[in-house]
Amino acid sequence: MLDDAKTVTDAKKRYSAGVMKYAQMGYWEPDYTPKDTDIIALFRITPQDGVDAVEAAAAVAGESSTATWTVVWTDRLTACDKYRAKAYRVDPVPNSEGEFFAYIAYDLDLFEGGSIANLTASIIGNVFGFKPLKALRLEDMRLPTAYVKTFQGPATGIVVERERLNVYGRPLLGATVKPKLGLSGRNYGRVVYEALKGGLDFTKDDENINSQPFMHWRDRFLYCMEAVNRASAATGEVKGTYLNITAGTMEEMYERAEFAKRLGSVIVMIDLVIGYTAIQSMAKWARDNDMILHLHRAGHSTYTRQRSHGVSFRVIAKWMRLAGVDHLHAGTVVGKLEGDPATTKGYYDIFREEHNPMALENGIFFDQDWASLNKMMPVASGGIHAGQMHQLLTYLGEDVVLQFGGGTIGHPHGIQAGATANRVALEAMVFARNAGRDIWNEGEDILRDAARTCTPLKQALDTWKDVTFDYASTDAPDFAPTPDVSM
Amino acid sequence: MRLRQGQFSFLPDLTDDDIRTQAQYAIDNGWAVSVEYTDDPHPRNSYWEMWGHPMFDNPDAAAVVYEVNECRKEHGSKYIRVLAFDASAGWESIRMSFIVNRPAEEPGFRVVRQEAEGRKIRYTIESYAVREPEGARYA
Repeated sequence: MLDDAKTVTDAKKRYSAGVMKYAQMGYWEPDYTPKDTDIIALFRITPQDGVDAVEAAAAVAGESSTATWTVVWTDRLTACDKYRAKAYRVDPVPNSEGEFFAYIAYDLDLFEGGSIANLTASIIGNVFGFKPLKALRLEDMRLPTAYVKTFQGPATGIVVERERLNVYGRPLLGATVKPKLGLSGRNYGRVVYEALKGGLDFTKDDENINSQPFMHWRDRFLYCMEAVNRASAATGEVKGTYLNITAGTMEEMYERAEFAKRLGSVIVMIDLVIGYTAIQSMAKWARDNDMILHLHRAGHSTYTRQRSHGVSFRVIAKWMRLAGVDHLHAGTVVGKLEGDPATTKGYYDIFREEHNPMALENGIFFDQDWASLNKMMPVASGGIHAGQMHQLLTYLGEDVVLQFGGGTIGHPHGIQAGATANRVALEAMVFARNAGRDIWNEGEDILRDAARTCTPLKQALDTWKDVTFDYASTDAPDFAPTPDVSM
Repeated sequence: MRLRQGQFSFLPDLTDDDIRTQAQYAIDNGWAVSVEYTDDPHPRNSYWEMWGHPMFDNPDAAAVVYEVNECRKEHGSKYIRVLAFDASAGWESIRMSFIVNRPAEEPGFRVVRQEAEGRKIRYTIESYAVREPEGARYA
């Protein structure tokens, strides 16, 4: 009788035709120490009733690397021990019965360098539909330096973006043009002009603004660049508007990107739904053409939001830093969209740090070095307003784009007033923080003081003073303050 | 118009004490503070004239305020800014930038439009002041 959880080493038994447990096939190696060059994936697995957690983890390792459902003799034509992914640790998830964290190591030779498509085809390819599991979630990945170095990384990066924009020492400010659909090109450009002149650095197309009957893309680009240049002259600042170049084909995206470049735009934008390869292509184009590349994470909540199934956003963030975008939305903590503070901190660290130490309280399971890849600028957007400035600066820090869409355009005295309110609130808060004030506790006083010389800020504070979005988070880190028990 | 470059240009003009507290924040972070001036405030003019080297080993922001005032004596009709430079790995660039002196009149910028083929327009932004030669602007 073979042990269910032990690799069968007798070659004759191991390769006799038929079906055997994944653990027996060599996909479970509890004694394995991952090599520095291994890619490690951490999955949250929820086995079907009656399925052993170790066997489920081995199955995930198998199905995301070399295995199929039955023994194949052709394994013996390969260095199959090397190519098998190895589940090496399975821990019960704290406070979540029936769920386990499975650590799986993959040899670097399983992957093509510089290709997110190739990485994801293995790691989230077949395995998420695997029947013996009720649910499966990719929680985190450790990407070895040797692998990180095969990617371009962010086309511009935070430091060079700031140098190009000539903006230092404060978060950048933006707004998404609203209503997101229906404005004509001429009217759309009006919103851009007012917001930029009032004090924002950026305006933004929304994810679903491409080229529709009410506004074709060339019209939008032409009117927006008129607005950008007029606002730049009115303020003496570099201004930008994220021209969304998302389209149905790469050829169309390149055409739109080239047009944006010829008009002098400093930034273009794409949506996550264009796919990993298209994102990498545009990142390369952006690097070649001195363009900042904004990525709107349209669609991510379909697979990032549920705790038991899908892919954590921290993994998407790591892939996007490799893929080479400069901006990516990462949550606001205080706004209208999902975002627990501890989890969001983990995302921001992945965007902005050279080294991420393991931090289970932030959902970061591995030490991760970024090997001098550029840093990504996080974008905080969705239901935020000037009255939250002290909270935003405390939670999100300085290297972030704060985007107040409704909080700019919905100002009772117009878009310019809304933009000015946000900019004054921001500068006053940064000034106060630098001067040593406790902005977390004195934030409201600081804003009120600043509003004394800025009527638009006073109006903004009065309009939105009671607006908060205080709901329980659906995705907080699961960790026990003491180390997990290894099975 | 009011030039909006720098991190505090939407606030009332900074007092010398304000400049001191902000410069001290930079010094406490280990950043070198420097003073620069220009009479060409184009947003893409990276290189304002340096009023001496960045103050690498200066622990006291009062020295920054002193240099700002010395610079004002000679260039008080121009723009003067204070910068903080961070030499740490992975940054090696500016961390702070704020304007501490402005010309009495700020005439601003004009947009020059060159109509190109199709409906394309090539934009140039030009400071009204730079139509005068260097040294004779904001007189």
